[in-house]
Amino acid sequence: MIVRYFLLFLSLNLLSSVLRCHVIEVGSHSAIHHIREALALAVDGDTIEVGRGNYQEQNLIVSKRICLIGKDYPVLDGEMKYEIISVTGDSVLIKGFHLINSGVSGTIDYAGIKIYDASHVVIEDNILEKTFFGIYSQNAKNCIIRNNRLSSFGVDELQCGNGVHCWKCDSMQIIHNTVMNHRDGIYFEFVTNSIIWRNVSEKNIRYGLHFMFSNHDTYVANYFHQNGAGVAVMFSNHVGMFGNNFTDNWGDSSYGILLKEISDGYIEGNSFFSNTTGIVMEGASRIVTSKNKFSENGNALRIQASCMDITLQDNEFYSNMFDVATNGSLVLNFFNHNYWDRYEGYDLNRDQLGDVPFRPVSLYGMITEKNPPAMILFGSFLTKILDRTERVMPGLTPENLVDPQPRMKRFLL
Amino acid sequence: MNKLLKYVIADILRTKVMIAYTVLLFLISFVVFALENSPGKGVLTMMSVVLFMVPLVSISFSAIYLYNSAEFVELMLSQPINRNKVWAGIFIGLGLSLIIAFAVGYGIPMLLFSAADGWVLFLTGIFLSACFSGLGLLSAVRVRDKARGIGAVLMIWIFFSIIFDGLVLFLSFQFADYPLEKPLMVLSALNPVDLSRILVLLDMNISALLGYTGAIFQSNLGTWSGMVFISIILLFWCVLPFFWSIKFFRKKDL
Repeated sequence: MIVRYFLLFLSLNLLSSVLRCHVIEVGSHSAIHHIREALALAVDGDTIEVGRGNYQEQNLIVSKRICLIGKDYPVLDGEMKYEIISVTGDSVLIKGFHLINSGVSGTIDYAGIKIYDASHVVIEDNILEKTFFGIYSQNAKNCIIRNNRLSSFGVDELQCGNGVHCWKCDSMQIIHNTVMNHRDGIYFEFVTNSIIWRNVSEKNIRYGLHFMFSNHDTYVANYFHQNGAGVAVMFSNHVGMFGNNFTDNWGDSSYGILLKEISDGYIEGNSFFSNTTGIVMEGASRIVTSKNKFSENGNALRIQASCMDITLQDNEFYSNMFDVATNGSLVLNFFNHNYWDRYEGYDLNRDQLGDVPFRPVSLYGMITEKNPPAMILFGSFLTKILDRTERVMPGLTPENLVDPQPRMKRFLL
Repeated sequence: MNKLLKYVIADILRTKVMIAYTVLLFLISFVVFALENSPGKGVLTMMSVVLFMVPLVSISFSAIYLYNSAEFVELMLSQPINRNKVWAGIFIGLGLSLIIAFAVGYGIPMLLFSAADGWVLFLTGIFLSACFSGLGLLSAVRVRDKARGIGAVLMIWIFFSIIFDGLVLFLSFQFADYPLEKPLMVLSALNPVDLSRILVLLDMNISALLGYTGAIFQSNLGTWSGMVFISIILLFWCVLPFFWSIKFFRKKDL
């Protein structure tokens, strides 16, 4: 029995010596005072633990396979001159830092944390304040950016960069970050197979989320609030948007989402509340839009004649000033089984679907589309008469833009 | 004049038409505020009702009242009272009683449902009551025949409620190639109904949806100074028809 315990003890000891990685402590009470020295000492597999304090280390370059962990949020100060952390090695963890004052430049994209050509980097639980760009990934793969809080100066588009910026990346996971006062909250360019999940992006100067040339990406359960121009998804395909919240993007050039040259996407279960325009579609094709809620928007949906094969099914439209606006008579899209609060039809067979088709484009909506100054007549008696007569005898509104079987009751939660 | 004023108000507030107007307005406001899920939406619906009903009732009631009390006016003028004072007494009496009816009919439901957005509409309703009772007096003093006078009154109402907007729409299409935002703003100052509507919409910040056009309206009219400016023009509209009518009344051979 004793022998058996002894053997177990021995083997455990052996195992731990094999697995041992060094922990290098940095702090005012430790032997090492600077992170820069610790980085030079460390070898692959080491952990650097940084204690509380204020560190002005200029630019830290992490090129080894290490964990860089801050305890009690040590402050890394870029003195408004430097990029604070540059990650050039694979499999790096950066956790628990408070990064402030990165450099600001018109020619160099200074960032709080920048990943260069690396994979499997994890950046989590950091606070970034007054950084030009927040977390910048360049040619990165399989990286996780999680639980970070980012904010910038929020003055104008030239004074601050993007919050989470990914350029030419693959398989990224952007999870539960809060981004505010940046230019674009989350920016994707040439990024594929990635997920954006549970982020909050608010009060950014331009877009809450900006997609360019990024295919096969999905964003789920994000909250976009009070951004200068909402969310823009452009020149991409196979993008999925599920359960996001687009709220209060209100202003003279604002919208919930702008879809420009997008194809093969899914927009499902999102909520568009109080935006100037809920969704703007330009040159979009083959997009399934279903189970979304549009309420209290100026224009719930603006669908240009350049779109085709857009399916709008099982959506709810209520308390919007205009439901659907379009700019031409060509309609190659399908509307079906949506709920419209303006619908006045009846349902004889009680299958919850109206027996009379509904035309969501109002005549006055068409007029203002062609002649914006006529907007000064909004809400007047004349425009109501015009809309009424057009509903009874449609003549000018697009003939094919029609929901053949609208729902009688609201059905989404 | 005070005595006259009191008499006119007491006389008008007792009429069945006035009571019916108050009750109807009260019922509509109450139902609208109760049915709409947000007070803001209720105000928007009430805006259509108020802009439609208040001018119609004010102008036609004033004109008809004047035609019906022609003998009373003659009697007053046989007394040693200044013509201006008699006319002012009738105008203020009419205006005040219409305002009271409106304030009760719309104001109480608004307060009950605490629709904070409703105050601007309340204000414009008051302006419109005064303005259109002035217009009613004007047409009654110009046209001697009652039937023709009521016809004229209805024409004025249709003009301000529908035809004017049609003209604006027509002009905006005819001159679509030009920047029309500012001319249209000036044009809308010629119609108290349009002005009221714009005032309410600007206050509810609905103009944001109007894009570039809305931005111009907002930056010119939506600021405090713009709102005050609109209110001043509306105030002008309240007294202008009356002062015009007093000119005719002074010379009128009764």
